[in-house]
Amino acid sequence: MTTAALPQPVSHRVLRNLGILALPLIVLVWSLADPTLGQEVVEWIPYLASGFAMNVVIAVLAMALGTLVGALFGILELVPHRIVRYPVVAYVQVFRNAPHLVLIFATTYIFPFEIVVFGNYLPFPDWVKAVIGLAIPASAYVAEITRGAILSIPTTQWEAAKGLGFARSEALRWIILPQCLRRSLPPWMNVAASITMGTALASLVGVHELLHAATDASTAVRRLDFTIIAYLVVMAAFFLLCYPISRLTRRLEGRFKAA
Amino acid sequence: MTSPSAENALVKLEDVHLSFGPVQVLKGIDLTVNRGDAVSIIGPSGSGKSTILRCINALVQPQSGRITVGGTRVDQLARESERIALRKRVGIVFQQYNLFPHLTVLDNIVLAPVRILGIERRTAEKLARDLLEKVRLADKANAYPGQLSGGQQQRVAIARALAMKPELVLFDEVTSALDPETVGEVLWVIRDLIRDGMTSILVTHEMRFAEEISNMVVFTENGRIIDHGSPEQIFHVSQNPRIRQFVGGLSGGRGSLSDGEGI
Repeated sequence: MTTAALPQPVSHRVLRNLGILALPLIVLVWSLADPTLGQEVVEWIPYLASGFAMNVVIAVLAMALGTLVGALFGILELVPHRIVRYPVVAYVQVFRNAPHLVLIFATTYIFPFEIVVFGNYLPFPDWVKAVIGLAIPASAYVAEITRGAILSIPTTQWEAAKGLGFARSEALRWIILPQCLRRSLPPWMNVAASITMGTALASLVGVHELLHAATDASTAVRRLDFTIIAYLVVMAAFFLLCYPISRLTRRLEGRFKAA
Repeated sequence: MTSPSAENALVKLEDVHLSFGPVQVLKGIDLTVNRGDAVSIIGPSGSGKSTILRCINALVQPQSGRITVGGTRVDQLARESERIALRKRVGIVFQQYNLFPHLTVLDNIVLAPVRILGIERRTAEKLARDLLEKVRLADKANAYPGQLSGGQQQRVAIARALAMKPELVLFDEVTSALDPETVGEVLWVIRDLIRDGMTSILVTHEMRFAEEISNMVVFTENGRIIDHGSPEQIFHVSQNPRIRQFVGGLSGGRGSLSDGEGI
């Protein structure tokens, strides 16, 4: 009976893998079909790759910073003291509803290009500002995810913790937050995918990332077919970065539902 | 109440009044529980039985009256840290078990002793395994709560409460959420515990069980204690018409519910 059930998943998997590789395959086949184009592509790939490395760096740092701040803010959103809670809620609501591009522009043009620390001038590069510009909405989303996860834990868990002699903070640390981790992982990954795609916006403030590099390349080569293929490479790169995240999210969602 | 010598009383409630907003839940509760005793609180739903338990471990605070647990004036505890100190000494087991679903059975039991009492993990695990033996779940140490039946989960919850080495355990309708087949295994465990001398206060709808294991039975209705006394007194002698009506289906010691609530 397993053999009867097997063909379906296998063909599915083949199709899915073909789908994942569709964009790179188009680029490859086209490059092979037209050697002059292929040569240009090969020539420019390292330049595009250096741009893409910047996207990855910005995404990883923005998510790290956003997660750290967001998790903290999510907890603070539930603190009984209004003096603490209200400013945090305001921050979350404002930045959750602000376009990423606006925040990137804001951080780029509000922050100085260098900062003075003990008389030393430290450069404050645009890509760092882009990290902050994306970390702000990421933190607002993560705060809401964290808050929602904490609230989704039944109050009986708090009661059981209390009954065993846990203080509120100890219950949060040992009983509530570990349960939140599972629940918030799938929505967290959605944020990660969205922020990763948002890194392309940094090109608009002059950060040398993939989209910027592709524009440079197509301007330099001045061939319509190269321009098309350059943007196909951009799409393929983002797809290969974001698609595994969303696949993993769906797998985790399935596993948590089973658990 | 049942003429307790003052030094032997572990829990003492005197004229305890409590209301949630406009709703008066407790209207003057007097109750004394001696060390080593098992006291069952019975009565119709909404009569304040569970609230009495929650007062004793300071999960709720009464508006007036005195509550003493082993020398601690519970009603006067002002700081959360004092209430926490009390709760370490008073175990509570809930109707819905409330195990921590992300932890194994063993970790459920070990968590509080390690994190709250600061006991070394290996010592706590040894204790936890002994307790699992006691509740007859030694083979389930590495299972997750979701893999256990209701009765098994409730026995883990009892072991979890015992791991704090409490002076007193409160059982809040611990068999009410169980299917009838597993009620028995939970009652066995509680019976063993009471025989070992654990001071226990049970809110229960298991009349036959209450009759069998209690030193004293308390009947509550509308936030008041209508009557109290030995199981014999409450279940067979009392002439109070309300109690007769409530335990009526029980004549001859048959252990079923009289008023359709519970289990």
